[in-house]
Amino acid sequence: MARHEPWSAERASGIIAEHTHLEGATLPILHALQETFGYVDGGAVPLIADALNLSRAEIHGCITFYHDFRSHPAGRHEVKLCRAEACQAMGSEKLHREILGRLGCGWHETTADGSATVEPVYCLGLCANGPAALIDGEPVAHLTADALDEALAETKRETRQ
Amino acid sequence: MSVTLYVPRDAVALGLGANKVARALFAGAERRGLDVTIVRTGSRGLFWLEPMVEVATPEGRIAYGPVKVSDVDALLDAGLATGGDHALRLGDPETIPFLARQQRLTFHRCGVIDPVSVEDYRAHGGYRGLEAALRLDAEGIVAAVRDSGLRGRGGAGFPAGIKWNTVMLAKADQKYVVCNADEGDSGTFADRMMMEGDPFNLIEGMTIAAVATGATRGYIYLRSEYPQAFATLKEAIANGVGAGVLGQNILGSGKDFHLEVRLGAGAYICGEETSLLESLEGKRGIVRAKPPIPALKGFLGQPTLVNNVMTFTAVPWILEHGAKAYADYGMGRSLGTLPIQLAGNVKHGGLIELAFGVTLRDVIQEYGGGTRSGRPVRAVQVGGPLGAYFPVDLLDTPLDYEAMAAKKGLVGHGGIVVFDDTVDMARQARFAFEFCATESCGKCTPCRIGATRGVETMDKVIAGIRPEANLKLVEDLCEVMTDGSLCAMGGLTPMPVMSAITHFPEDFRRAGDLPAAAE
Ligand code: FES
Repeated sequence: MARHEPWSAERASGIIAEHTHLEGATLPILHALQETFGYVDGGAVPLIADALNLSRAEIHGCITFYHDFRSHPAGRHEVKLCRAEACQAMGSEKLHREILGRLGCGWHETTADGSATVEPVYCLGLCANGPAALIDGEPVAHLTADALDEALAETKRETRQ
Repeated sequence: MSVTLYVPRDAVALGLGANKVARALFAGAERRGLDVTIVRTGSRGLFWLEPMVEVATPEGRIAYGPVKVSDVDALLDAGLATGGDHALRLGDPETIPFLARQQRLTFHRCGVIDPVSVEDYRAHGGYRGLEAALRLDAEGIVAAVRDSGLRGRGGAGFPAGIKWNTVMLAKADQKYVVCNADEGDSGTFADRMMMEGDPFNLIEGMTIAAVATGATRGYIYLRSEYPQAFATLKEAIANGVGAGVLGQNILGSGKDFHLEVRLGAGAYICGEETSLLESLEGKRGIVRAKPPIPALKGFLGQPTLVNNVMTFTAVPWILEHGAKAYADYGMGRSLGTLPIQLAGNVKHGGLIELAFGVTLRDVIQEYGGGTRSGRPVRAVQVGGPLGAYFPVDLLDTPLDYEAMAAKKGLVGHGGIVVFDDTVDMARQARFAFEFCATESCGKCTPCRIGATRGVETMDKVIAGIRPEANLKLVEDLCEVMTDGSLCAMGGLTPMPVMSAITHFPEDFRRAGDLPAAAE
């Protein structure tokens, strides 16, 4: 995963300005901010509201309505585990208990060393090859707890290089 | 002489190491002094064989799979570049029974072509549908869609022609075509496969819709869980504009169509069309009350045609081959083909495009080859998280909108999820409520509150607390949710719950037996 930039209101204003010409610009802006900073800082709310001529409540409502947007920085890696039915049929529930046990965190939480944040998702479209996961946007099929450990170690190496 | 190899970049193939395989093939070929070109394709949807590598030979393509990095050297030594023999050799992929027995009207290019190449798309019959459409007037195009019998593939099965006609007749300065690519139903991946493997089929279908309805702008609302599809679509759209099949003056027709992909943000409810439009406008994805219908007042209050990926992708074939040819497939009022997605605990999972009317049993046994665990099938959920759980003795039901409805189930988006005999149906019923509680938009009370009460009540049932009385309560609750919810989210959550209770009653009375069993 690309390293995120530290929050900067100036940089945020620039990103917002790039998107204001779009019809329904709110979601594209929030995605762009999160991609840059890793989360949507509270300081962005009035900036977006001003730029789009909307109320702060509307922007805040949007950020909290959608599962994707977070208001605080996450761990270095984002692990999305599929909790939906086709993966359940391949034993995902038991697997997730094991994974969360190894990582020592719960859903929506970040590991103590800050290496990973675990989010539940409901289907990744890999349903014939479950259990499935998305690690920093990269799909993983036939997931096992060992495979996840390995993938995290590998992405760690790649980030260091 | 340069050899062309095909390695999928479909998310499933990537999830099974396709990128590493492609790199190993390239390096291995280089070491052997072989000149290879690697084309990254979509998937043919034989997912247990991924990553499936193909090579172009004078006799046609030869496939190998599933290929692991550790197989690459042996494969190259066995003469993979010329279609040589090896334990992983599958022969001509089109003769693999799973594929050979299908009726691929919409998926015929998927896994075959370079998905982002307009040239490759056209070389494989692409844009013949749009060319045919441009020879007709708007009424003619809409008539073809109507006469084909095509019904919305998103789940509701609403006749596509009627929607198209309404938008065509609406008067407005700006109309929109919106593709619902928020494929949120678990157990479904047809949209994803299409967008990653043959995105121009979708783009062409939407362009035909734009020409027919008079829309000049379009959006693909894509779920954020599909980052690979997002990248592919963006690349395809840029290439399409460059090649003159999108943007201004499409194919020299004087007509414009500007298309953009927009990313959702992890809300299942945005698969509901009015909620999707709210989200596209930049708001919370709260369901709108209908009327007004989106066909008259949709995106930004303008007439908007909203269809699913599979609906749009059926259209180019229909325009090219004629409405009648399409309607010759299928049964009753379910005409054409259904891209079935076979998933869950199944040996041979993947995409199976067949005329409507095939039975669940045929799909699971003939195509799926039974469970991956090797244990007996016990339950099958059809149509996503809001679809019914069927027991084994209902598996002779044909996949047809009306036949499924008669058995209190639905076709939905065509996903079939297989469970073996280790499944606990009381937990599946609880999950249906839990999912609804997580994903409800919160606008109407039966859905917002009902789902949470449902989880609590199911917990009591599972714990063996007055199971009969509590099941009665669940039943009442389901009735209220069915009758009182604003949209399908709350309205259909009772379907998986009640089907589980009806068909698998023994799972809901287990806890009650525990003390006796413990003695
Ligand atoms: S249900 Fe897990 S990927 Fe679809």
